[in-house]
Amino acid sequence: MIIGLDVGGTHTDVVLLGDEGVVAEIKVPTDAADLFQTVLTGLEAITAGIDPALISRAVLSTTLTTNAIIQDKLPPVGMIVASGPGVDPEFFRIGEHYHALSGAIDHRGREIDPLDGAEIKKIAKRFKKKGIRHVGVVCKFSVRNPHHELQIGEILSPYVDKVFMGHQCSGNLNFPRRIATSYLNASVYPIHKKFFEAVKRSLEKKGLAIPIHILKADGGTMSFEASIDFPAQTILSGPAASVMGAIAFAPVEEESIVLDIGGTTTDMAVLINRVPVLEPLGIHLGGYKTLLRSLKTLSIGVGGDSHVRLEGGRLQIGPERLGPAMAHGGPVPTPTDALIVLGLLQRGDPAKAAKGFEALAGPLGMSVAAAAQHVFDETCRKILDAVGEMLAQINSQPVYTVHELYEGRAIQPEIMLVIGGPAPVFAKRLEALSSYRVGVVPRWKVANAIGAALARTTCEVTLFADTEQGIVAAPEENYRERAGRDFSQEDALETAFMLLRQKALRAGSNVDDLATEVVENLRFNMVRGFYTSGRNIRIKVQVKPGLINEYDTVAGILATED
Amino acid sequence: MQRAKYKTGLVFFPAFDWAISPAHPEREERLLYTQDQVFEEGLLDIEGIEEFKPDLVPIKDVQRVHFCVPDVWSVMTESHFISAGGAKTIGMAVMDGRVQRGFALVRPPGHHAMRVVQGARGFCNINIEAIMVEYLRQAYGVDRVAIVDTDCHHGDGTQDIYWHDPDTLFISMHQDGRTLYPGTGFSNELGGPNALGTTVNIPLPPHTSEEGFLYVTQHVVKPILEEFKPQLVINSAGQDNHFSDPITNMNFSAQGYAQLTSILQPDIAVLEGGYAIEGALPYVNVGIILAMAGLDYSQVREPNYDPVKIRQTRETSRRIEQIGELTLQNWAQREQRSARSRERRGLDRRTRNIFYDTDNLLESQKEIISICPDCAGALQIDSTADRGRHALCVHIPRKACQACREIGYQWFETAQREAYDAVILQDRTADTYHQRQHGA
Ligand SMILES: [Zn+2]
Ligand SMILES: [Zn+2]
Repeated sequence: MIIGLDVGGTHTDVVLLGDEGVVAEIKVPTDAADLFQTVLTGLEAITAGIDPALISRAVLSTTLTTNAIIQDKLPPVGMIVASGPGVDPEFFRIGEHYHALSGAIDHRGREIDPLDGAEIKKIAKRFKKKGIRHVGVVCKFSVRNPHHELQIGEILSPYVDKVFMGHQCSGNLNFPRRIATSYLNASVYPIHKKFFEAVKRSLEKKGLAIPIHILKADGGTMSFEASIDFPAQTILSGPAASVMGAIAFAPVEEESIVLDIGGTTTDMAVLINRVPVLEPLGIHLGGYKTLLRSLKTLSIGVGGDSHVRLEGGRLQIGPERLGPAMAHGGPVPTPTDALIVLGLLQRGDPAKAAKGFEALAGPLGMSVAAAAQHVFDETCRKILDAVGEMLAQINSQPVYTVHELYEGRAIQPEIMLVIGGPAPVFAKRLEALSSYRVGVVPRWKVANAIGAALARTTCEVTLFADTEQGIVAAPEENYRERAGRDFSQEDALETAFMLLRQKALRAGSNVDDLATEVVENLRFNMVRGFYTSGRNIRIKVQVKPGLINEYDTVAGILATED
Repeated sequence: MQRAKYKTGLVFFPAFDWAISPAHPEREERLLYTQDQVFEEGLLDIEGIEEFKPDLVPIKDVQRVHFCVPDVWSVMTESHFISAGGAKTIGMAVMDGRVQRGFALVRPPGHHAMRVVQGARGFCNINIEAIMVEYLRQAYGVDRVAIVDTDCHHGDGTQDIYWHDPDTLFISMHQDGRTLYPGTGFSNELGGPNALGTTVNIPLPPHTSEEGFLYVTQHVVKPILEEFKPQLVINSAGQDNHFSDPITNMNFSAQGYAQLTSILQPDIAVLEGGYAIEGALPYVNVGIILAMAGLDYSQVREPNYDPVKIRQTRETSRRIEQIGELTLQNWAQREQRSARSRERRGLDRRTRNIFYDTDNLLESQKEIISICPDCAGALQIDSTADRGRHALCVHIPRKACQACREIGYQWFETAQREAYDAVILQDRTADTYHQRQHGA
C-alpha cells in the first residue's frame, strides 16, 4: 500500500491506497507554524491499525521549502560565480555573500581564462570566518564543461559543509537561472534536511520504517535520499499533486485541461495524452527565475472564497480572500455564498449568504437570485478567460526549426476536468458557458493526495557530443567520455537513455515505471573552412511525469466507485 | 535584477534544419552558438525583453515587393516565409506598441534580393526588410522610412528596391566594392531620377576598425538621419564586418557593433550576413540585443579580442574621413539635384546585367521609369535570365500620381503576351498584383 500526503494551506490531505482502491482518507488541519507536527499527525492517523509491513512507501508534498522562500526566511549562504565575457555578473547578485571571480569557459566548453586559486581560497576563508556553511558555485557554460565548478568546489571543501554546483542542478543553458537555482538549493538545504530526517526518525520510533518519497514541481517523485542534493526541487509541489490526481481520469489520446478550484485561487494545467505540459525552463517563485523542472500551471486569484464586491458599479471577484464565505461566518460575500443562495450547495447558513447578496442586488438592479447567478457566471467566465490565456501562451512558445514551425499543431483541448471547490456544481456551469466537455475528477476532495501517492519518479538527462573536440558529455550526470569521429546520433541517444535509466533508479524509480521519451534530438554538421570537421549533437531525454503502473487498477476502481 | 530601458522584442529563428547546401556558410549550424550564448546569458529572462514566435508571411506580402519569376513557390523555400515573417512579426510588435524596439535574429538573410527575383543571389532569395517595410506601410500607414545597412557587403538588393523611392532613405556602409562581392555601392550611386540623393553609399576601405565604423555612424549616418526625419529607422544588421569573418576583410568587433547600435538607435534591426559563427556571432548578437534594450554591454567581448592588433592605419582613417565628407556633400546637394533631374520629364532608361551567384544565373534587365515631379514614377522592368524566364514587370508606386498610374496600366495592357513567359503588374496604389501567363 502507498500513502499520499499533501500539505495544503488550510488542511492536509492524506490517503492510503491499496489494490482495492482508497483504503482510507483523512484530512487534518494544517498548522503552518508546525508543519512537522502536521505531517506526523497525518501519517499516524492514516496508518492507525495498519500493518506497517504492508506499506511500501509514503509520498509527501509539503509547503515547507516554498514557504521558506516566499516568506524570505532563508538562512545566509555563500555564492561564487565565474562568468567571463558577457552580461556583468553583478546583475545576478543574490544574497549578501556573493563573489564574482575571474575565469571563463566558452560556449563549446573550452577554457578561455583560468581560475585564480588564491582568489578562491581567500573567499573560502572568509566564508569560514563568517560561519557560511553552504555555498553555491556557478560558472557560465558549466553545463558544457564543469571543470571550473569542480575546481572551485575542491578548494572550498575544507572550509564549508556542502557545496551546490550549478552543473548538477540542470542541463539547460541559462547562467542567471543556474545561479538562482543553486542559491535556492543551498538555502533550503538545512531546512529540508532537518525536517525530513525528523519525520523519518519519528516514524521509525513508532515502528513505521517506510521509505519516504517527495513530490516535485514537475509532478514526479524522488526518494528522500536523492532529494538531499536537490532540495529546491520540492518547491511548489502542491499544484502538481492535484494535476497528478486528475491524470488517471483524463482521456488517453486527447488534450485536456485540469482545473483546481480552491478557496483563494484556481490553478490550471494542460495534459496532452495524460502527460502534463512542462515549463520550458523552470519555476518562477518569489522573484526567482529558476531551472527547477515544473508543470506549466497558471494560478489566478479567483476561488470559492474570493471577495465579491462592486467597484465603481462594476462587479469585482478576487483576487483577495478576506475569510470564509458569509454562510460560514465570513465577512464578505463570496462565490460560495452565490452557490448557496442559488440552492446549488447545501451548507452553512443560507440566510447569512442571502444577506450578503442583498447588498449587491440593489446596486446591480437585480433580484438576489439573479445577482447570485451573475456572480457565479462571472466567476466561471474569469476562469475560462484564464484557460484561454494559458493555451495562447503555450501555443505561442517559440520554436527553432522549420519543421516544428510548419508541423507544430496548436493545442486545442476539448475536455476539462475539475477538482476542488464544489467541483460538480462548477463543472456543470463551466460546460454550459463554454464549448468544453467538463467532467469532475472522482474523489476530488483528496485527488491531490491520490496524485502524490501515484506519481512516478521523473528525471531528465541532457547530453551533448562534439566530435571535433572528441567528447560526449552529460555534466549533470558527471559523465564525460571520448567520442570518436564516427560517434553518431544513435550512439548519443543510446548513451543518454542509459544515463537516464541509472538516474531514475538512483532517484527511487521502479524498473517497471520508466516511461521515457526524447525531448530534444538535434545534430549539426560542423564545417570549418569548406570541410566537415565534426558533429555537434544535442540530446535531451526524460522520464515523463505520469502515474506508476499500479494506477491502472486503483484508478479503475476510483473511476467507477463515484 | 536587470530591466530593459527600452522594451525590446526579439524574434529568434535559427532555422536549425535549413541550409543552402551542407558546407555553405548559410547552413544549419550558423546560429547554433549564438543561441547557446543568448540562452546562457539569460537575455530572454530580462524584464522588458520579450521573445515572439514568428508568423509566416503570406504570398501577398512578398508580391507587394517582388516580382517572383516564374512564381513565388519557385524562388522561395519554407524558411524564407519564416525569416520574412520574423521581420514582419517584430515590425508589428513595434507598431502595435507591444515593444519600443525589436530585433529579428532570423535566417536566411535578404538584402541582396532585388525587386525582380529569378533565383538566389548572395545567399538571399527575398528581401525580408523590404517585405516588412511595405507591409508596415500598407497596414499602419507608415510613410518615411530609413534603412541603414551595416552588413559588410553592399545592400544592393535593398538599394534596387528603393532606388526610385524618395520616401525611403537607404544608407549602406560596406567594404569597398572593388574588393568584395557584389562589387557595387560606390559614392556616385545616389538613386534614380525621381529619388536622387535618398540612396547613400559609404564604401569603406578594407581593414576598417571600430574607430572608422563609429566615426561614420556618428558623423555621417546620424546627421543624415536627423535631417531626413524618418518615422522608422531600420538596421540591416549584418555581422560580417567582424575581424574574424571568413569571407570579408574588415576589423570590427562585438563592442563596436554594440556601440554602433547605441548610436544608431534603430527601431528595428534585422540580421543579415555574418559567418564567423563561433568567434563573432555569439558575442556580436549579445552586444546588439543589450544595446537595443539600453542595457550595459561593457563586458561583452569576444575571447580573442585585441583592439590594438585590429586597429586601422592612419591612412585608412584619412580615407574614411574623405569618403564621409564626399557623402555629406552629396547629401547636401540632393534636393537641388533631384529637382533638376525631375524637371526633365519623359522616360528614363537603363540596362544592366545581374548575376545570381548563389544560383549561377545571369539576368539582363531593361528598365524604364517615368520621370515625374509628383510621384516615384511608373517603373517597367523587362527581365530575361539565361537559364530562366522572360518577364515584363510593371510597378506602380505607392503614392503614384494619376498620370503615372495610367502609364503603368497602359504598359501592362499593351504588352505583347506572346513575347513573355509572364507579364506582371504590381499596383501599390490598390495593393494588387496581377500576373498573366504566356498566352493567357
Ligand atoms: Zn554580408
Ligand atoms: Zn507621377
